[in-house]
Amino acid sequence: MELSRLTINTVHNRLASGELKAVDLCGAALARIERLAGLNAFITVTADRALDRAKQLDRAIEAGEPLPPLAGVILAVKDNMVIHGVRTTAGSRILFNYRPPYTATAVERLEAAGAIIVGKTNLDEFAMGSSTENSAYGVVKNPWDTTRVPGGSSGGSAVAVASGMAMAALGSDTGGSIRQPASLCGVVGLKPTYGRVSRYGLIAFGSSLDQIGPFANSVEDIAKILNVMAGRDPNDSTSSNVDVGDFEAGLGASVRGLRVGVPGEYYGEGLDAEVRASVEAAVKKLEELGARIIDVSLPLTEYAIPVYYLIATAEASSNLARYDGVRYGFRAEETPTLKEMYSRTREQGFGAEVKRRIMLGTYALSAGYYDAYYGKAQKVRSLIERDFRTAFTECDVIATPTSPTPAFKLGEKTDNPLEMYLSDIYTITANLAGVPGICLPCGLSSSGLPIGIQLLGRHFDEAVLLRAAHQLEQAIGFSATPKGL
Amino acid sequence: MPITKADVEKIAELARLELTPQEADSFTEQLGSILSHIEKLNEIDTTDVAPMSHCTVGSDDADYARRDDKIRPSLGQKLAVENAPDPEAGFFRVPKVIGG
Repeated sequence: MELSRLTINTVHNRLASGELKAVDLCGAALARIERLAGLNAFITVTADRALDRAKQLDRAIEAGEPLPPLAGVILAVKDNMVIHGVRTTAGSRILFNYRPPYTATAVERLEAAGAIIVGKTNLDEFAMGSSTENSAYGVVKNPWDTTRVPGGSSGGSAVAVASGMAMAALGSDTGGSIRQPASLCGVVGLKPTYGRVSRYGLIAFGSSLDQIGPFANSVEDIAKILNVMAGRDPNDSTSSNVDVGDFEAGLGASVRGLRVGVPGEYYGEGLDAEVRASVEAAVKKLEELGARIIDVSLPLTEYAIPVYYLIATAEASSNLARYDGVRYGFRAEETPTLKEMYSRTREQGFGAEVKRRIMLGTYALSAGYYDAYYGKAQKVRSLIERDFRTAFTECDVIATPTSPTPAFKLGEKTDNPLEMYLSDIYTITANLAGVPGICLPCGLSSSGLPIGIQLLGRHFDEAVLLRAAHQLEQAIGFSATPKGL
Repeated sequence: MPITKADVEKIAELARLELTPQEADSFTEQLGSILSHIEKLNEIDTTDVAPMSHCTVGSDDADYARRDDKIRPSLGQKLAVENAPDPEAGFFRVPKVIGG
């Protein structure tokens, strides 16, 4: 059974007709996870739990109960979302043995809708990174070329879907951590509008930027998953009360007359020529479908990275203060005083990138520097958001590359943090402005690596964003899968 | 403004991170390079611009974000200390804070 070719709809129909058992589908996924263990996509595989749930689902179907909307969907969950009783590490040594006493709302909603969780996926520690090389549980490899990175920080989730270990996966996106690995692994990945999906149970990184979203093989599957997990949650005061609606219903409608903005700032220096050609060809396809292509300007794009790396690190330094060796996780041994216990626990428990960001964030918030750094970044963030609002008066969606290059080599950027940060240049702005963004595959490079196009939409306008993405996806007809696995 | 090793050591103290000498050196260099990139922000005039601390997530009426102040079950002491490295009789035990 080839999971990478299975859509949610196909599984639903086959389960309903009785030609497929959830337990067999789950078994096939678990076998593939075991066979592809070398990619290191999972930190924890929840085989027994998954098989139990699959059997329960089969019994319910046999008893004639109606199928829930995500019945039998084999799902992988990034290991920074908590599941009651299932070890959750956030890719960090400091949480090596943490067993959460509760479950994240997004996860709970998907499980209630019939999804079967096969495991927790590998990530950059606390979701800080763009290559999934910062995990305390080893690097993740790109299934298209195992000498290359899968992108990050949700690298394990992207790989799980790209290599057919799961039909869909959850990731989190603070500066591109869903869209960039989706691009580098040739799958679809959505960062919903800030506030669209509850973050209750998501281990916090940058709270004004973090958002949970899905990976899948098609835009239709993304819409089905978003339908289930979106919407107000009393346990997350930042979750929105804006109507959710049905994101799947409008996918089939035409994009004739839709105004697609192309910001020149996203097609400049640093963009790989093949990526540019592939993304421009995809934009051309939208035009052939009847969309109007319009030049727009997002003039502050080049300032987005400095703004992001001040705001995200400032928030991270505050969020990560809770890891102190007292209430959960790792504690350093033989520390005579409380203060030494704190600082040695954090020294031994955190990896280099996490420490670097805590340091930068602490600096940006410290007395004498707050106004010059953090305060300044928040003001420029206002201007960046304003740029987006202005652009969206002229267009309905914005089309850009997702990543400046296809997947880079393992180890290529690990010694140069600034260069690694610059690989997020096209994705970071959506988090700063809070708008939704989706990445879908639009071609392969000459060396056979996937290239992704990013579409950005207005706040809470996922319906239009997903329609444009679905129509474009049908026109592109991307069907390549990694070879030789 | 260039960052010095003394700055890095002070920040590490504030952040409760006990850095190795090698880390202190490499962070001084790396943070310096990141901060010089960040200086770019000074090119932008932000006079009279309000800082943005979060995104708007719904209707202008923020009341929806509040819930009724009703008592509901919490985690409870047993579960709350279950993940602790050194729990003792329902409490978190830590090294001595005073004296000694």
